[in-house]
Amino acid sequence: MSEHHAAPTGIKRWLFTTNHKDIGTLYLWFSFIMLLTGGAMAMVIRAELMYPGMQVVDPNFFNMMTTMHGLIMVFGAIMPAMVGLANWLIPMMIGAPDMALPRMNNWSFWILPGAAILLVAPMFMGGDFLSGQGPAFGWTFYEPLSGQYDKLAFFVFAVHLLGFSSIMGSINIIATILNMRAPGMTLMKMPMFVWTWLITAFLLIAVMPVLAGVVTMMLTDKYFGTSFFDAAGGGDPVMFQHVFWFFGHPEVYIMILPAFGIVSQIIPTFARKKLFGYASMVYATAAIAFLSFIVWAHHMFTVGMPVAGELYFMYATIMIAVPTAVKVFNWTATMWKGALTFEIPMLWSIAFVFLFTIGGFTGLMLGLAPVDFQYHDTYFVVAHFHYVLVTGALFGIIAAFYYWVPKWTGNMYPPLLSKIHFWFSLVSVNVLFFPQHFIGLAGMPRRIPDYAIQFADWNYWSSIGGFVFGLSQVLFLYIVIKTIKGGEKATDQVWEGAEGLEWTIPSPAPYHTFATPPEVK
Amino acid sequence: MSASKLTKKLGGLILTALLLGPAMAFAEYSTLNMTESVSIIGQDMYDLHMLVLWICTVAGILVFGVIIWSIIFHRKSKGAKPAHFHENTTIEVIWTSIPLIILVAIAVPSTKTLLEYEDTTNSDLTIKATGWQWKWEYDYIDDKVADAKGIHFFSSLSKDANEARQLGANKALPEHYLLDVDKRVVVPVGKKVRILTTANDVIHAWWVPELAIKRDAVPGFINESWFQAEKVGVYRGQCAELCGKDHGFMPIVVEVKSVEDYKKWASAEKGMAAKAAAAANAASGKTYTMAELMTKGKEVYTSSCAACHQAEGQGGGPFPALKGSAVATTGSVADHVALIKNGKGIMPPFGAQLSALDIAAVTTYERNAWGNNTGDVVQPSQVK
Repeated sequence: MSEHHAAPTGIKRWLFTTNHKDIGTLYLWFSFIMLLTGGAMAMVIRAELMYPGMQVVDPNFFNMMTTMHGLIMVFGAIMPAMVGLANWLIPMMIGAPDMALPRMNNWSFWILPGAAILLVAPMFMGGDFLSGQGPAFGWTFYEPLSGQYDKLAFFVFAVHLLGFSSIMGSINIIATILNMRAPGMTLMKMPMFVWTWLITAFLLIAVMPVLAGVVTMMLTDKYFGTSFFDAAGGGDPVMFQHVFWFFGHPEVYIMILPAFGIVSQIIPTFARKKLFGYASMVYATAAIAFLSFIVWAHHMFTVGMPVAGELYFMYATIMIAVPTAVKVFNWTATMWKGALTFEIPMLWSIAFVFLFTIGGFTGLMLGLAPVDFQYHDTYFVVAHFHYVLVTGALFGIIAAFYYWVPKWTGNMYPPLLSKIHFWFSLVSVNVLFFPQHFIGLAGMPRRIPDYAIQFADWNYWSSIGGFVFGLSQVLFLYIVIKTIKGGEKATDQVWEGAEGLEWTIPSPAPYHTFATPPEVK
Repeated sequence: MSASKLTKKLGGLILTALLLGPAMAFAEYSTLNMTESVSIIGQDMYDLHMLVLWICTVAGILVFGVIIWSIIFHRKSKGAKPAHFHENTTIEVIWTSIPLIILVAIAVPSTKTLLEYEDTTNSDLTIKATGWQWKWEYDYIDDKVADAKGIHFFSSLSKDANEARQLGANKALPEHYLLDVDKRVVVPVGKKVRILTTANDVIHAWWVPELAIKRDAVPGFINESWFQAEKVGVYRGQCAELCGKDHGFMPIVVEVKSVEDYKKWASAEKGMAAKAAAAANAASGKTYTMAELMTKGKEVYTSSCAACHQAEGQGGGPFPALKGSAVATTGSVADHVALIKNGKGIMPPFGAQLSALDIAAVTTYERNAWGNNTGDVVQPSQVK
């Protein structure tokens, strides 16, 4: 294109871009801003919970913080970061010049800032920020509590927009992967990251309409006199949870599957050994995706289901441990008898394998209905999903940044600062989340702004860990900017053991790559 | 050894210590593990928890051990040359089957415990717990042990805890902070107690860890579950499902008494209830002075209204101010009373929680406090 007319510069370049690399960058910056925003809210939560008694914010504001933290991290930070990585990497990995539907790609991104504004806007309404007018009903927005909220329409339309963006992004990814692979790249030769994203995209297309449906039912209940979730009108509040979790359970795999793909790319590179069990990795990913559709009610064991339903959902849920274990075994076997080096992306990936596995173990425990009656809605659950989503999904994203940033910018990351970032994050994230297992088992419910005195010690340590982890990510922001601005020049190959088409192009990657498709043997 | 090699070595060591350390280092601490239960079914749940915890620990040590072995011995800096294997059907079949077998082994005791837990038949007494924003209401609806049928009361956060938990109160935290109530649920020891849960507004959950019972209270539906306490004592829990602003402040306290003490409690409770009903009946026809209503009204306001509308009626966040508001000044008394009785949006209805005298008093208070000065005096007879 640039041969025919001058490429737009400045703000117009970013507003009108159809280039997969530009759009990938937009997604990644958007998600980083959201990560820091959601992180700041987590700091408020940890500040209030540092000591028993109410010191910092009132209970309604606290609930708003937990709610917005969850929504922003899930829909604003993790999901867009994964889409940003898909945009940057999938065309380069399959030897395609761009995404299949570049204009729609632009639109999928530019819907997001609008959705984010709709989501956070109510926090600033009715006077000042601290008045707490934002959603305060938990990120799971259970009815009938969410129906009491007087600015519900903002939330509903924000979710609709997020859904449009995700569905368009997914269609684009599927179309790109199925139609634009370089000659010779059969499905079973695709890099694992591409495989995991292909499966994730199908999950998104399947469940985002369900989410849109459930918020629309909330909307009509609130403003148009229907009674989907109101028992007084013949509805059922528990039906809300069934529909929500039919979306919500695949959603957690939407966040983690691409991270599986990322570590499956990184570990072989630094073990200098091919990924063990490629085919079983693909089948395990597909099996996890399939199972994710049929286990949703394990989030609802205490809601009063028939015992047959509880048994079924328990059995189906613990089955997920099998394909997940296969994945962990495969990563272990990839490292076994390799020639390991420990560059920054490898450190994050190894931490991922350890800590995600801990999250997997607690997931198995939570899947057992009779003990879930004790774990449910406690800090044990909070610890579980933060091990999976922070030390799982987020660590995967950070590993991906360090692994591919030399290709994106042509610069190596600053070695010492990056090492500090890793070790501070690793230690603090465990100080932050590991004690939450203890306070959960000891009986502290989640989503409470204040607690009984016996939970004080571990909450204190958890807060200390939280503040250090938060500060470490500010250091990460500095590292990102520093790496973009300069640094040691990267070679085209970047990593000695790296394989794949993205390493055959120059560093930094030119604006247009693979105008002529490469040949894959 | 070069500096970078040393940091790498140290790094590996710290990684190892960090991942295996916490479980051992804190082993003496008493608030680390699941609360042991005094309910017969709760012990099965605890045993199941420990079984799975140990299986996970052993599996974790094995897998992490292999990875750590690789990290230490299969590193390039030690001259390791990469092997070339990248699949092995036999080993892949084995490591798919082993987790499957373990899962079946766990599923058997889980199924047994679950079936037992869901069997609520043959109970000795039945108590209905109704969740309100933000307190619990209890009805003794059936009792084979004593004559407790018909006992009914509300149970809210204790007064001293409620004062201490206000933002910036900076008070010494009382004993059993946030886990103490103004009125306890009382049950007999060694008897199967069936708990029915439901709710009046949003979903709550009735949870007492030591009794191993957690069940959602869903408006419009009734759930059932049970416990059988084997030890006399006081057991504390709280709402476990986010139910709005004061979700963290609606505890549950169950006092398990011997059968004899329980019987005494039931008859004393009934006597008190009869007296209170007679007093309320007399009160509803009586005419009160403004001063009497203002004193009573301030009490009711502090316990039922101030959590949202604030002590000086100034409101905050989504909760509107009453000071100078139309409802409490220019609006009619009838509309004001109706709003308190029926609730609106996020505000729960108070008609069933407060007596006619309470509502009359709090209406009077709200119409005359904080400079509202309407001069309106609302009598209990106007509330019905």
